[in-house]
Amino acid sequence: MKNINLDLYKKMYLIRSAESRICEYYHENEMKTPVHLSIGEEAISAGVCTAIGADGQIFGTYRSHGIYLSRTGETDKFFAELYGKETGLANGVAGSMHLSAPEEGFMGTSAIVGSIIPVAVGAAFANKIKGNGKITAVCFGDGAIDEGVFWESLNAACLMKLPVLFVCEDNGLAVHTSKSLRHGYKSILDISAQFDCNVIGKDTTDAETIYKLTTDAIRLIKESQRPCFLYLKYYRYLEHVGISEDFNCGYRSKDEFEKWYEVDSVNMQRKKLLRLGFSNEDIREEEMNIDNQIYLSIKLAKAAPYPDITELYRELYI
Amino acid sequence: MRKISYCEALNEAMTQEMERDPSVFVYGIGVPDHKRIFGSTDGLVEKFGAERCFDTPLAEDAMTGFGLGAAINGMRPIHVHARIDFMLLCMNQIANMIASYRYSARGRLRVPIVIRAIVGRGWGQTFQHSKSMHATFAHIPGLKVVMPTTPRDAKGLLISAIRDDNPVIFIEHRWLYYAVDDVPEEPYTLPIGEPNILRTGKDITIVATSWMNVEAMKAAGILEEKHGISAEIIDPRTITPFNDEAIIESVERTGHCIVADNDWVHCGFSAEVAARVSEACFGQLKSPVQRIGFAFTHCPSPRPLENAFYPNAVDIVRAAEKKLRLPAADIVVDDMYSYERKFTGPF
Repeated sequence: MKNINLDLYKKMYLIRSAESRICEYYHENEMKTPVHLSIGEEAISAGVCTAIGADGQIFGTYRSHGIYLSRTGETDKFFAELYGKETGLANGVAGSMHLSAPEEGFMGTSAIVGSIIPVAVGAAFANKIKGNGKITAVCFGDGAIDEGVFWESLNAACLMKLPVLFVCEDNGLAVHTSKSLRHGYKSILDISAQFDCNVIGKDTTDAETIYKLTTDAIRLIKESQRPCFLYLKYYRYLEHVGISEDFNCGYRSKDEFEKWYEVDSVNMQRKKLLRLGFSNEDIREEEMNIDNQIYLSIKLAKAAPYPDITELYRELYI
Repeated sequence: MRKISYCEALNEAMTQEMERDPSVFVYGIGVPDHKRIFGSTDGLVEKFGAERCFDTPLAEDAMTGFGLGAAINGMRPIHVHARIDFMLLCMNQIANMIASYRYSARGRLRVPIVIRAIVGRGWGQTFQHSKSMHATFAHIPGLKVVMPTTPRDAKGLLISAIRDDNPVIFIEHRWLYYAVDDVPEEPYTLPIGEPNILRTGKDITIVATSWMNVEAMKAAGILEEKHGISAEIIDPRTITPFNDEAIIESVERTGHCIVADNDWVHCGFSAEVAARVSEACFGQLKSPVQRIGFAFTHCPSPRPLENAFYPNAVDIVRAAEKKLRLPAADIVVDDMYSYERKFTGPF
């Protein structure tokens, strides 16, 4: 597991570092795209993306920097996209909220809460028909389970026995509204357990645990030929959209953050690597490589041209 | 040539495409039940099995996103709605997801989905079973919108829609299901984005959509018989992409244009046609473009009110007479609704 843990840490550090650089450069007003940062969410992105493997497919939301970075490991196209440049992963057209990397199995995202969930179910149907053994994962927040389309999708996937992994990333908030103001039921786990699917839930910020839970979920999906509902919690460190802390806005407290920060996934994973025998110098070297990669990517992105005007219509129709 | 109905033409198009391409599947509420979407999905489940022809939960929203997911993973879904009004439940997936998915992935994914939907009329269909909505879909970039009138167009355009790598909204009129005409037996395609000139003429141009072409043909017969007027009828067939060349060429010759749309007039496709004709033919127009469509209210249940809601051949004749400064002809409307008599409800 030593290599897996290093791999997970590198992915998580990449996410934390990339998001921190966005915070650093955002004020320049050149990165004109609404960012929903993955800080706090790193262990889920890294753990799930690693577990589904190179063949797996994954769908995300507008908060998918973590998925993209875990999935691809690259930052040139990522930052160019945030800067709206021609060299971006979608030629700058899509921006932060519509990331995808189909060639890496990252099949798309949506900025409308819940809307990507049925798309993953349909993708899983295609995989089942083709008999290719691929697993489709879809990540969404606890806000998405308020939407009717989540229940429609869960129902259809269970009915059709599709190889799909629903990953509910519960940060307790839909924008600024807490679950207690939104949920007329006691436990999503209890309700989802009534569906004909596997259900796994755990309170953890440990990336290796999430990786293992996801691996278990995939095994269950294959063995039972039923979907799996994987329920994980995390804490969104920053505001819903943007780069700032918002603990003084009245809907949550800094105390809550402090509690979660004690089990910060990136810090914990770093400590774990030290326990596993990696030296501080080795880890620091990996971190510096990642930091340098990111700074270089930002430099390239800033220097890159905006897309040609012909991009306006390209790929609207075939 | 062999004659079959519009409904049989749709069925034959799907059957032949499912035979040709194993990635094509058809699904939707009631698709394999005993009613078979008014017969249009007859025989598909027997021939291709439940894996390629299946019913769904009553979850129009999710099952539309489902089609998108299947399409980007290499399938060619055909999603069917017994009434187009139900598609309002799918609008998020259509307008926010399907329309822009390929664009956002810069062509690395394609979305070859067909959404078939039926426009209801008569026998008490009322507010929620009678909409047409082609203008609503046509307003959104990234979708194609096809609306065939004849059995030949129904088959050829549905095959084209299935083979198209773009999302296509395919709108069928319930009353046209009984239309019978020459339809080739072998598979064939018709280009999406080309109009059909249903009748050539020199005195007035009538642009009509879907069922309104039936009314327009009837009106043209009356104008010929009563006034010796020769009307040209153009069915755009596809609302997006909308090729207006034949219409403009026609109006340049006739100088008069009536647009009879199977929809409300306000902010509808008829407004688009009128604007294009006015822009292109301003100097040649001998009268303003006249639009004809549904009354701007909800479709009521009682027949006498429904008659006032829907425009018909007489309205087209009267509009033409006014344009051409002709006296109102004495019209006997007894046998004008031969197709409608075949639709005896309930759905």
